[in-house]
Amino acid sequence: MSDVTNVEASSPVQAGEQAAKPQVAVMNLLAGEGPRADSPLAHAELGAIAKQSDAKGGVCLQELKLLGHLVLRGDPNNQSFVAGVTKVLGVALPAALKTEVIGELSVHWVSPDEWLLIMPAKQAFQLERELRAELTGHYAIVNVSGGQTVLRLTGPDVDKVLCKSTPYDVHERNFPVGKVVTSVFAKSQAVISRSGEEAWDLVVRRSFADYLWLWLQDASAEYGLQIKG
Amino acid sequence: MFYIYCPYCQEHREEEEFHAAGQAHIARPADPDNCTDEEWGDYLYFRKNPRGLHHEMWVHAAGCRKFFNMTRDTQSYEIKEVYKMGEQPQIVSEQDSIARGTA
Repeated sequence: MSDVTNVEASSPVQAGEQAAKPQVAVMNLLAGEGPRADSPLAHAELGAIAKQSDAKGGVCLQELKLLGHLVLRGDPNNQSFVAGVTKVLGVALPAALKTEVIGELSVHWVSPDEWLLIMPAKQAFQLERELRAELTGHYAIVNVSGGQTVLRLTGPDVDKVLCKSTPYDVHERNFPVGKVVTSVFAKSQAVISRSGEEAWDLVVRRSFADYLWLWLQDASAEYGLQIKG
Repeated sequence: MFYIYCPYCQEHREEEEFHAAGQAHIARPADPDNCTDEEWGDYLYFRKNPRGLHHEMWVHAAGCRKFFNMTRDTQSYEIKEVYKMGEQPQIVSEQDSIARGTA
């Protein structure tokens, strides 16, 4: 049952103005208070594991669950697209392999015409509407919140776990703080970004979340894995 | 293993991030309704298999997911150049030059 009040036209066409701008129905994908929303790793019960383990490990894993994920696509050479996005976000879209963090919002470069916007779930619908109201022409915004999740790895031994998991060089000189790459991770893929000297975020597909959870447990066993709920 | 420069990510990546996507610069007949069966068959099914320079498409499947072109020597496996979609190769073999009428 969709909540009709949550469905809105992105930009009401005013008489005589921008008559060509297409109306797009945008739906708030948040389930609201009623139905329960489960993260892709809900079955692993990380919260319960976190309470049981008081071990001090070299790797700390935390799932940043149920965040809002928006995929924004458009031509970076299109001045009106770039200006519109900059106006809404407050900063310019990051260049190749860069991440921009604005408060609770992070913008990851994914491809020359694609960016991944991650923010608290409740802000996603509002941001999508603001972008749609500002942008015209050829662009796309897709809410993919339900399709992926973020795993945050922190600790002195995380780089060693990453070395086992991805062919990409995660050394400081090649992977400074603020960089983001999409690469092979174990036998899956992940958007890997470095948010601090010893802090890394992996954006992984929902369907691979369980596999990567098992992989990360195995790969970090020798350094000690600490779970943060 | 190849160490491939992605012209979109603008850095070298391991081969396992990429997939080969076949011969590049295959021109679709401009008027399919009026071309011969042979021309259409060549376009659909017949591919080069040169010993030496080959222009081929690759896709950065696990990265930015963009297609790009590569000129590669099939004998030495040396990657001569990579260039974006829509661009023309700088390095061409003698046969290619003759075929293009630029020799």
